[in-house]
Amino acid sequence: MTDNQPIAVKAEGLHKRFVTTEEEVHAVNDVSFEICAGDFVALHGPSGCGKSTLLLMTGALLSPDEGVIEIAGKNPYELKAEGRAAFRAEHVGFVFQQFHLIPYLNVLDNVLIGDLANRSSGGESNGDRARELLEKFNIGHRLHHVPSKLSIGEQQRVALARALLHSPELVLADEPTGNLDPENSEIILQHLADFADDGGAVIMVTHDDRAKAAAKSAMHLDGGEMISSDQQGEKKEGQGE
Amino acid sequence: MNLRRLVMREIFHRKTNFFLALLGAALAIVCVLATLAAMRSFELNSDALIAKMEADTQKEMKQLEDDIRKTMKGLGFNIYIFPKDQDMSEVYDQGYASKTMPEEYATILANSKIVTVNHLLPSLTQKLEWPEKKRNVILIGVRGEVPLAHRDPKSPLIDPVKKGELVLGYELHRSLGLKLGDELMFKGKSFKLSKAYQERGSKDDITIWMNLTECQELLGKKGLINAIQALECNCATLDRLGEIRAELMQILPNTQITETGSTALARAESRTKAKATAQKQIATAKQHRKQASAERERFAGVLLPIVLLFAMAWIAMLAFMNVRERVTEIGVLRAIGVSSKIILTAFLSRAVVAGLLGASLGAVFFAVIYPLLKERFFHGITLGEVISVSECAWLLLAAPFLAAVSAWLPSLMAAQKDPADVLRYD
Ligand SMILES: Nc1ncnc2c1ncn2[C@@H]1O[C@H](COP(=O)(O)OP(=O)(O)OP(=O)(O)O)[C@@H](O)[C@H]1O
Ligand SMILES: [Mg+2]
Repeated sequence: MTDNQPIAVKAEGLHKRFVTTEEEVHAVNDVSFEICAGDFVALHGPSGCGKSTLLLMTGALLSPDEGVIEIAGKNPYELKAEGRAAFRAEHVGFVFQQFHLIPYLNVLDNVLIGDLANRSSGGESNGDRARELLEKFNIGHRLHHVPSKLSIGEQQRVALARALLHSPELVLADEPTGNLDPENSEIILQHLADFADDGGAVIMVTHDDRAKAAAKSAMHLDGGEMISSDQQGEKKEGQGE
Repeated sequence: MNLRRLVMREIFHRKTNFFLALLGAALAIVCVLATLAAMRSFELNSDALIAKMEADTQKEMKQLEDDIRKTMKGLGFNIYIFPKDQDMSEVYDQGYASKTMPEEYATILANSKIVTVNHLLPSLTQKLEWPEKKRNVILIGVRGEVPLAHRDPKSPLIDPVKKGELVLGYELHRSLGLKLGDELMFKGKSFKLSKAYQERGSKDDITIWMNLTECQELLGKKGLINAIQALECNCATLDRLGEIRAELMQILPNTQITETGSTALARAESRTKAKATAQKQIATAKQHRKQASAERERFAGVLLPIVLLFAMAWIAMLAFMNVRERVTEIGVLRAIGVSSKIILTAFLSRAVVAGLLGASLGAVFFAVIYPLLKERFFHGITLGEVISVSECAWLLLAAPFLAAVSAWLPSLMAAQKDPADVLRYD
């Protein structure tokens, strides 16, 4: 199904080491993968195995010590910091476990905050896009409420809308359902799946079996190394049918 | 969504932090304005006091001069004209001149157009022994007033002594038991006593007045005199002696003049003294004002930088706290691609708004309370006189600038936060 789709992210021989005062942590050790448009990949493994580190590297936020990453055919680490920021604004959306909504902005402004990064796009059309997304996520009636007035599930949906505002090729989600009840988890997972179905690529760090099941494929990380990868989707598709 | 909105929303959200920064700016501006106002009002006030002192002195001096001029005019003053070669110390010593000059000098003077002198009285004086009575006397030959050619004839000031007559001072006629009409012998010549003066308590009491011509004959000094007295001279200027001397020298180059003491002279002297005293007082006041100003300036030169430094440190600290509070927000913004320039601008804008708003509120507050404190602390001088609109405008411009400078370091820290560091712990 995804074989003939364009490659969204390609990683080759990624290494990341953190040197602390006492020891060196090899957080990511020679990891390679390829994710195509339409893929929805669950990234799992024990705590401290390097999932978040890999996700940050994939999101053009943390440069690898070795190896190459290409997003939409471009290596963001060839860009300078500001260029990389603009690159992220254009190609990558982030969703966090703690949502990280801006407490003093209302729902609509929280979604539109991406406009600060991407000011080339006209404000009006983004306003429409934001409303459309929030409508779709069933929080269209809460546009002018601040995050603290929303339920946990609603907050994560706002965060998802924020990630999708500029229609990125890639969405990176670090435990997006970690704070949610099953019902709200289901909604978020469904929206991520919808995004992938519409041609986006999703990498989702998760411990949650239900979330793993919602993804089309999985990558298993342990001790910084890729233990197994079925991101081509055969397993899921096989299981699904 | 734009940056302005983000900044404003954040300000409303974190009111306390913003309000404290604003308060810092407001207090700083109030301190600056109060210091300036205090210094300026002090200077203006002391300038005004000195100006008033000077004006008062000038007025008093003018009044005094007018008075003196009037008095002098009313009183007139007296001068003596002596031969040029007369040694003045001899005059002061013996009371009269011994050198002589032609009697016609008086006539020349009277016929000249000189307006400053009046009542010209030529005289010939000599101390001698009255041989018949064996007494030392002062003999003065007088001829009465020489009429001035260009004036209406005035009533003569001193009655001349007629030929064959004598006038005696009190001591002479008293001690000799003489009475009017008595026949007297003087140097072998017979005279009639025509007048006997009351006691004057001066050398006049041993003086004999005689007709000038007869006196000249008796002393063998025909056509000669020792002095011309000019009474009740008029002169408008204060340096009257100088003026008269200049006029006189053109007419009678072989003479010298001297003024005899008068009330007017004493007053002129006291006026000069009063003026000098007043000027000295003004100079002292000016000196005090200069010293006090310098002291105040020195004080302000220390106080103002301290106030500014405190305000800036305060704003910097609040900005730093604000950055600490917003670390996650910064991480998220950076992650979704907001440039560090925008982050920097967001934090600086916050400081600029606090600075501008704080300074404006401070200035308004100062303008409102100034009238209440004016009398007590600012010598009653209005605000407009101590602080100009343009100065106020400069201060209002400087405040946001200094606030931005203060918040620069924390803002830079915010802009350079690595989003990976922030988000790793999610
Ligand atoms: N900046 C850093 N400095 C030092 N060590 C780091 C740093 N970032 C990550 N590590 C270490 O690298 C390893 C991988 O960390 P990472 O956060 O990627 O794990 P994780 O798989 O996301 O764990 P969890 O499931 O608990 O979130 C850990 O041992 C962590 O302590
Ligand atoms: Mg993690």
